[in-house]
Amino acid sequence: MTLTEKILARHSGRASVQPGDNIWVDVDVLMTHDVCGPGTIGVFHQNFGRQAKVWDRDKVVIIPDHYIFTADAMANRNVDVLRAFVAEQNLPHFYDVGTERYKGVCHIALPEEGHTRPGEILLGTDSHTCTAGAFGEFATGIGNTDAGFVMGTGKTWLKVPPTLRFVFHGELPPYLMAKDLILAVIGDIGCDGATYMAMEFDGDGVYCLNIEERMTLCNMAIEAGGKNGIIRADQKTVDFVKSRDKSAKPFVVEQSDSDAPFAREWVYDVTKLRPVVAKPHSPDNRAYVDEIQGTPIDRAYIGSCTGGKMTDFRAAARILNGHSVKIDTFVVPATTEIARLLKTERIDGGQTLEEIFLNAGAKIGEASCAACLGGPSDTFGRLNSAIKCISTTNRNFPGRMGHKQAEVFLASPLTVAASALRGSITDPREYLS
Amino acid sequence: MNLSTIIQGKAYVLGDNIDTDQIIPAQYLTFNPSIPEEYKMFGKYALAGVPPAQGGLPKGHIPLHGPANEFVSPYSIIIAGRNFGCGSSREHAPVALDAAGIKAVVAEFYARIFFRNSVNGGYLIPLESVKRLCETVCTGDELRLDAIAGRLENLTSNETYELKPLGEVAPILEAGGVFPYARAKGLLKA
Repeated sequence: MTLTEKILARHSGRASVQPGDNIWVDVDVLMTHDVCGPGTIGVFHQNFGRQAKVWDRDKVVIIPDHYIFTADAMANRNVDVLRAFVAEQNLPHFYDVGTERYKGVCHIALPEEGHTRPGEILLGTDSHTCTAGAFGEFATGIGNTDAGFVMGTGKTWLKVPPTLRFVFHGELPPYLMAKDLILAVIGDIGCDGATYMAMEFDGDGVYCLNIEERMTLCNMAIEAGGKNGIIRADQKTVDFVKSRDKSAKPFVVEQSDSDAPFAREWVYDVTKLRPVVAKPHSPDNRAYVDEIQGTPIDRAYIGSCTGGKMTDFRAAARILNGHSVKIDTFVVPATTEIARLLKTERIDGGQTLEEIFLNAGAKIGEASCAACLGGPSDTFGRLNSAIKCISTTNRNFPGRMGHKQAEVFLASPLTVAASALRGSITDPREYLS
Repeated sequence: MNLSTIIQGKAYVLGDNIDTDQIIPAQYLTFNPSIPEEYKMFGKYALAGVPPAQGGLPKGHIPLHGPANEFVSPYSIIIAGRNFGCGSSREHAPVALDAAGIKAVVAEFYARIFFRNSVNGGYLIPLESVKRLCETVCTGDELRLDAIAGRLENLTSNETYELKPLGEVAPILEAGGVFPYARAKGLLKA
């Protein structure tokens, strides 16, 4: 069996499963946020009753992150709905806005707060829940009805997906990041190339990557239509999980069998790749930076679950250090922990990352999803007119970051930072000695 | 949530990769679909993110809503190409189409979360066509759909198109969603 099949089999009480089997599984963690939480809570109350309790208080995690720093009354009302539910259910894992516990983007908050463990099943009401596959677990996005069902029963039905295997060899050169790898993959297989399938990332090129970069790979499995992205847990994963999980819950580290039946396999030599962008309006609209170098850009955006982690900001700072941006440049840390680190971590003992960004002329927002998905019109960095933006985010369908006619180019933090300095799409190699 | 499996109505035609941001743009996700007055609002903004030239093919520039009703569309069946509903997990997407009066979508294939949400929430019937129809059917054509028999008739052009069987999701759709299905099967207390 593949890693995904093993996890699903164990959670369904079966010795083995095959792609196509419909199974009922026990869920380890259910996550919801301010956009889908109110609907999920509505479904839960409607179907289980006003007095019903969630199946396991310790397994429900509620992370408001989407529409946080906005004057929009409906958006703020939705956070109040979460608060009332948490109080009613006495839920311990709530990261409320305006408190010390506030975190920011759920997919980064989950591992930071110790809610991700190898071998588990994590479901969340957000398509990028697949990010947590970086910890060797099965993680996927679901809707409100499914989440309401899980909330009441702890169970869901799943169809076992076939697994596609992506093997990376070699160590990533300094001008490439996980974003380049995954955009290359999506360019190869298309934004529907993994529909209904698991995407397992493997090979020495993956195990060289740090945890945050592995999260970027798995995060974008959904951009190829994948059900989940997954990477076998290694020592780095185990060390990270143990350093974060206060509950010290036991977990199971599994891997695909050597004769596991992969539906298809792709092999990449990462040392031969070049920086990649996804042009408007689809994550599979791949171009290499050197093919479209010089394309004028109006705005740069560095943030989100896929591009707002410390690894992303260290990379951007390497480029921006000592330079000035030519276009509006927005920096949004994924979580409050990352926002604090921007103030303390220094490059080569010199300026902090925050100082580097501010001195380069970038604007820094507060930890949240911000303009990655547009949101209310007062959202930090939102594209409110038909401009061109180069962004470290993960999706560039029409209107995704706000205006329907805006054009979004997806790229690595290195490429976005280099492009911010020129005001046009720029190869980061020009700024890396 | 009673889903009829025989549907007659007008077609609204879209292309490939109609993602959830086009079906219901993110700024409207502040409405709560579990509140009936707000559910209605999703109908008003359904397909608000589709670029005008790509809405109502083959001509384009045809809005989903007519002048008579800003919430409910005169069209009841969406015909689309590949990968319908890709993108986010927002259940607001099938909710928006349901609130706008769309009873079924016939696409080449679906992104899985949209498909699952449509079925489990019992909002609409997501059917797959055997052949690509978004360049055959025109917006405004009168269609008659039999979801169980897997047949779509175009009463305007006198053509019949074959659909793929619904398979294992048919009983969930016939029950009206995963909750009524689970109750009927004894998986949940009635």
